[in-house]
Amino acid sequence: MTRQQSQKLAAGLISVTAVIVILPIVLVVVYVIVKGIGAISWEFLTQPPSNGMTEGGIFPALLGTIILTFGTAVAAIPLAIGAAIYLAEYAGDNRITRAIRLAIVNLAGIPSIVYGLFGLGMFVLFFNFGTSILAGALTLGLMTLPVVISTAEEAILAVPQEFRVVSLSLGASRWQTIRHQVLPHALPGIITGVILGLGRAAGETAPILFTVAAFYLPELPKSIFDQTMALPYHLYVIATQVPGMPLSIQYGTALVLLFIVLSFTLVATVIRTVMRRRREW
Amino acid sequence: MSTVDEAPVSWQEQPQADAPARRNWAELIIETLIRLSGISAVVIITLIFLFLLKEGAPAFVQVPIRNLLSARWYPIEDMFGLLPLLVGSLLVTIGAVVIAVPLGLTTAVYLGEFAPPWQREILKPVIEVLAGIPSIVLGFLGWVALAPLIQAAGAATGLTAFTGAIILAYMSLPTIISITEDALYAVPKEYRDGALALGATQWQTIWRVVLPAARSGIVIAVMLGIGRAIGETMAVMLVTGNAANIPQFGLGAFFQPVRTMTATIAAEMGEVAQGSLHYSVLFAIGIVLFLITFLVNSLATRFIGGRTRRRGGQI
Repeated sequence: MTRQQSQKLAAGLISVTAVIVILPIVLVVVYVIVKGIGAISWEFLTQPPSNGMTEGGIFPALLGTIILTFGTAVAAIPLAIGAAIYLAEYAGDNRITRAIRLAIVNLAGIPSIVYGLFGLGMFVLFFNFGTSILAGALTLGLMTLPVVISTAEEAILAVPQEFRVVSLSLGASRWQTIRHQVLPHALPGIITGVILGLGRAAGETAPILFTVAAFYLPELPKSIFDQTMALPYHLYVIATQVPGMPLSIQYGTALVLLFIVLSFTLVATVIRTVMRRRREW
Repeated sequence: MSTVDEAPVSWQEQPQADAPARRNWAELIIETLIRLSGISAVVIITLIFLFLLKEGAPAFVQVPIRNLLSARWYPIEDMFGLLPLLVGSLLVTIGAVVIAVPLGLTTAVYLGEFAPPWQREILKPVIEVLAGIPSIVLGFLGWVALAPLIQAAGAATGLTAFTGAIILAYMSLPTIISITEDALYAVPKEYRDGALALGATQWQTIWRVVLPAARSGIVIAVMLGIGRAIGETMAVMLVTGNAANIPQFGLGAFFQPVRTMTATIAAEMGEVAQGSLHYSVLFAIGIVLFLITFLVNSLATRFIGGRTRRRGGQI
């Protein structure tokens, strides 16, 4: 085989594998939309399940996922942004910093089901929160931390060094510089990270299995110490645990979940693109 | 860029006397909080391990090691052989890696070296979409759509290690692709120019120069992909059939139902009495998973070692 032939062959094969990767992704999304769109209606989104879950809508699960995502944000954002500021602006090149970075990489790698076990052991049992929105949101929040920390840190590091130098030279303190010069410019990047992290949390099932998710609840939760239904777990339940479940409702539920999670991704991508175009430095 | 970038001002090295004197107690509180959240990651990972130990330790004390290492998982009769679960996780992960690594590497090469900019603009968001699809949705599709296909293709059942491996492969692809792409991007342009100037074709340049130069990044990509695959729960639980048997050795093993460690925890924790032996053993499986992923990720970090921050300035 000549060099030119090997070049052609390799280029061809590589293009083919790219298609093998991309095509199923497009297929999956289109398939869920086509199969699920028929089930979507105002009633489907605003009514509770009825008749042993084989009829009616998904409202309690939808609401539960919204509440949990909000709770995740409250639990994760302050801590994550604090940690990112520390790593980008305060941390020296020493043992402690290396330990923190190692911990973040490993937090990102811990299986979500292990977060679920941890949430059960610490929040549900040890702190005695019970199976509750509080326990679930805290568990999801911790799971979301590493993603948000990493993206927020990159956003802060991307702010040019001159901004800091000028601010300091004008007599601003370190915190004033961070607060008024660094954070405003890093904000779009930080928001992107937060949205990506929350999107992931909204779609997770394993961490909420033992910490908050309910199979079926006749009433909506009234406080953060109540259980709630949640969309990802609801999809699992109706796909595997409910006999005689109409497929259209299953696909409809999958579509709503996919829509929610992908809108997070979409919003994050849009913010990032707009930000890159508008960047002043 | 700027000269300041090349000689960064380091706050750590400035003597305190030079620092502006405008610090007040509010700033002190804020900076203390920032420092505390800085070390939170270390605190959290330690807590995770301690709580797993607290709930899982009784299993190692009360269940004889012979029992734990046996080939029979039958908790109702206090048989806690972890071997079938380990083998299940291993089979699914190996399958996923065999599928995902070649696909991921070549796709990254395509994106980084062959694709024109307009294609990259389209393909990269599509891969981000894949990263965003919840595992339960992929598992659901595997359950209702992929498994019947595999059964129709001749397997005894559609719910097999292979089915799980396919789904897991696609779930780890975004990780593998994006890290490999970063590694390719980090190879200096001079390497390519040098090879091309010597008359090498584009493919020869990629195969003999770019890929070897990027290999540490590629190793990281593969390891993080493995870490992602071994910890996946919901998708695997739906499509692998959940049979806690050790399949017979050989290629046929991939086409039999298996049960992974993750799926075992997810499926059984809801039904066990809190504090029972079975409960502890499920936490013990959590410890095993924690240790495996900790090892994989720490090794991967080691490979990053001296590698400098990738693409500073871009988010």
